[in-house]
Amino acid sequence: MAIVTGKGHRWRVVASHVALVAFCALILFPLFMIVSISLRPGNFATGDIIPRDVSLEHWKLALGISYQAADGSLVEPPFPVLRWLWNSAKIAGLSALSIVVISTTAAYAFARMQFRFKNPILTSMLLLQMFPPVLALVAIFAIFEGIGTYVPALGVETHAGVVLAYTGGIALHIWTIRGYFQTIPVEIEECAKVDGASHFQAFRYVLLPMAVPILMVVFVLAFIGGIIEYPIASILLRQVDHLTLAVGSRYFLYEQKYLWGDFAAAAVLSGVPITVVFLLAQRWIVSGLTAGGVKG
Amino acid sequence: MPRTLRLGLKWIAAAAVALVLLYLVWTIYAAGQALVALACLVAFSAGVFVYVARGAYTWRYLFPGIAGMLVFVVFPLLYTVRIGFTNYSSRNLLSFERATRYLLEETAPGEGKRYSFTLHAEGNEFRLVFRAEQEEEEGAVGVEPAAEPAPVLVTPTLALLEAAPPSIVDAVPLGQGSFEPREPLPMKEVIRHRDVLSRIKVRFPDGTLGTMTGLREFAPVQPLYAKGPDGTLVNQKTGEVLRPDSETGFYLTPAGEQVRPGFKVDIGFGNYVRMVTDPEFRGPFIAIFLWTVVFAGLTVLFTLCVGTTLAVVLNWEAVRFRTVYRTLVFLPYAVPGFISILVFRGLFNQNFGEINTILEHLFGLKPAWFADPYLAKVMILVVNTWLGYPYIMVLCTGLIKAIPSEVYEASAIVGAGPLTNFFKITAPLIAKPLTPLLVSSFAFNFNNFVLIALLTGGRPDFLNTRVPAGTTDILVSYTYRIAFQDSGQQFGLAAAISTVIFFLVAILSTVNLRLTKANAPDAR
Repeated sequence: MAIVTGKGHRWRVVASHVALVAFCALILFPLFMIVSISLRPGNFATGDIIPRDVSLEHWKLALGISYQAADGSLVEPPFPVLRWLWNSAKIAGLSALSIVVISTTAAYAFARMQFRFKNPILTSMLLLQMFPPVLALVAIFAIFEGIGTYVPALGVETHAGVVLAYTGGIALHIWTIRGYFQTIPVEIEECAKVDGASHFQAFRYVLLPMAVPILMVVFVLAFIGGIIEYPIASILLRQVDHLTLAVGSRYFLYEQKYLWGDFAAAAVLSGVPITVVFLLAQRWIVSGLTAGGVKG
Repeated sequence: MPRTLRLGLKWIAAAAVALVLLYLVWTIYAAGQALVALACLVAFSAGVFVYVARGAYTWRYLFPGIAGMLVFVVFPLLYTVRIGFTNYSSRNLLSFERATRYLLEETAPGEGKRYSFTLHAEGNEFRLVFRAEQEEEEGAVGVEPAAEPAPVLVTPTLALLEAAPPSIVDAVPLGQGSFEPREPLPMKEVIRHRDVLSRIKVRFPDGTLGTMTGLREFAPVQPLYAKGPDGTLVNQKTGEVLRPDSETGFYLTPAGEQVRPGFKVDIGFGNYVRMVTDPEFRGPFIAIFLWTVVFAGLTVLFTLCVGTTLAVVLNWEAVRFRTVYRTLVFLPYAVPGFISILVFRGLFNQNFGEINTILEHLFGLKPAWFADPYLAKVMILVVNTWLGYPYIMVLCTGLIKAIPSEVYEASAIVGAGPLTNFFKITAPLIAKPLTPLLVSSFAFNFNNFVLIALLTGGRPDFLNTRVPAGTTDILVSYTYRIAFQDSGQQFGLAAAISTVIFFLVAILSTVNLRLTKANAPDAR
């Protein structure tokens, strides 16, 4: 505002605008391209960035509807995209739910109670974040094969097993919720206890209702985390009908069977809702980012 | 009294849960996994104790979370280290007990009566009916049934395709009334169930075992191996003695041949020795390690350059529409990674990709992004910069906002330009708090498996290697390929490499912790 401005100020502003517009165009090019490709007939490049004839064939296939090709043959959807989307949503939803439940109670203990090894546990939880599960895939696979021989419903090739594997990744969420709990004055719960509430009642009926916003944020974060998770799902799920979207999508782009247009429609279909949710939740995520989390 | 009632209910519920868990532990123990059973017992008792004992109240809140992290995060890490010292692979997949049991269940054709069989339906299930074949030749089966009726044998009902039958089924003489073999099922049905039937062994009343040898016939078999003294197995036909070899994880014949299946054994530092000494393995390993470091380092450098520049420009109040720009340049971060990486995979495709279409129109170039190692690396760095710069931008924006504007006011009075401002004020002020975050970013990219797996899959591969290794593979994607994509599935070797990565990551974490602690007094 009141800052002293130099001589070259005006053209520097113009140059910044030009550079920014050019940069945005470059960055957003792939995203425009994928929308355009999804509307273009055929699976091979025709060289136009804006499609000349718009065709909804790829979208029909992505939605599981077969269509009549120009030569009269019936084209069947190559992959069950909606099924994958549902698998992803189911796994991500269930794991997010259990993550919220488990990490809320743990965060309550870390925020409000005194017990031995509290700070060492908190620190080691942060350190554990440096070791992503992708490093332990062999062990995770062996563990779930072992579980599967005793409890087949939780073994390899089951969605319950994947949900269980995701439920372990709660360290950062505990930190987030704990930080929020600490901003709520303890006195409110103490008043409830004076009025005769038990420990659990004070937690359940007093603290939890006030923490609903952060719980929703953690749910969204965990949900997106479950949708985009690739390594664990790729070793635990193999059959085409069981796959999640993240694992299944790559089957579109095999060199022998290159379904570029079909992939584009599936990608836009599944990418847009996740992106919108992420942008909406971004405000809270950004504050959590600086705590050391990295999105994959 | 409702209180005592509640208390009683609580104890009954706790006892019921404890019983169920004890039963699970017992089944695991009965299956011969004593250590696993012990671990489960400890974990389950801890759980029951926490929810019953009054003194463990705090841990009721902590238990699910801590247990979840211990079982699914900490334990896999430790278990990986453990697997790194074994020869666990597709050749040595089973435990010693299971490999022995497998060999003891092997059979060879034996002496005894042959039986013809028919398949009969009973409700949803099936029975097999056997008639002993006459010893006389010319296939005179059942020509004179009245003269001397061959004993008719029948098995209990089997679900066959619905549920795997037990491996040994008893055939008993046909009793009175309970089952009357009517029309046998047609051959079509027998063929449909052939796979299941061929896995069944039938024990006949005279004690011989039979397996299916044709679509109409069961013939006697006998176990191929019998247990010998001190852990050896004796081949019943040749008399060969097999000795388990705890070095290689195989039963060995006297001639020294390995008998499949192998079993898991500890091979000490064998995998590590192989990493260091085997020249065929060492070459690609070192190349992959260097590329991993270069990849992570350059990614941090590029994302830092782009991210900081954007943060500085978008923080400049003279530029209008900053919110719009900020949202647009943030988009790469919001799009799910697996989608944007695959989009790039398609756009970079040599023949059908849009990027090559444009390059061909403009310059007549058609680079082989996926076949040439250097171009593939360039492509990976371009894509990862696209994916990663918004993160750095967001971090820098926060840090720059914290710099008081008076500092810039003062520099403007002196007549400093924007470059001077950046290098003399902004950069030094954000460098310190940014460093630990950059180390985290380096560690993250060091293990950025998803990018490599989905973009190139590690290809193009090195030539002449025994384990598949790609020129664009980073260490994690390399271990993944060794464990899950190679036909050898060398889990032990992969786990050993993972252990090496643990140490590297641990060093990075220590550095990071030091840096964060060093910053702490300034930050508060």
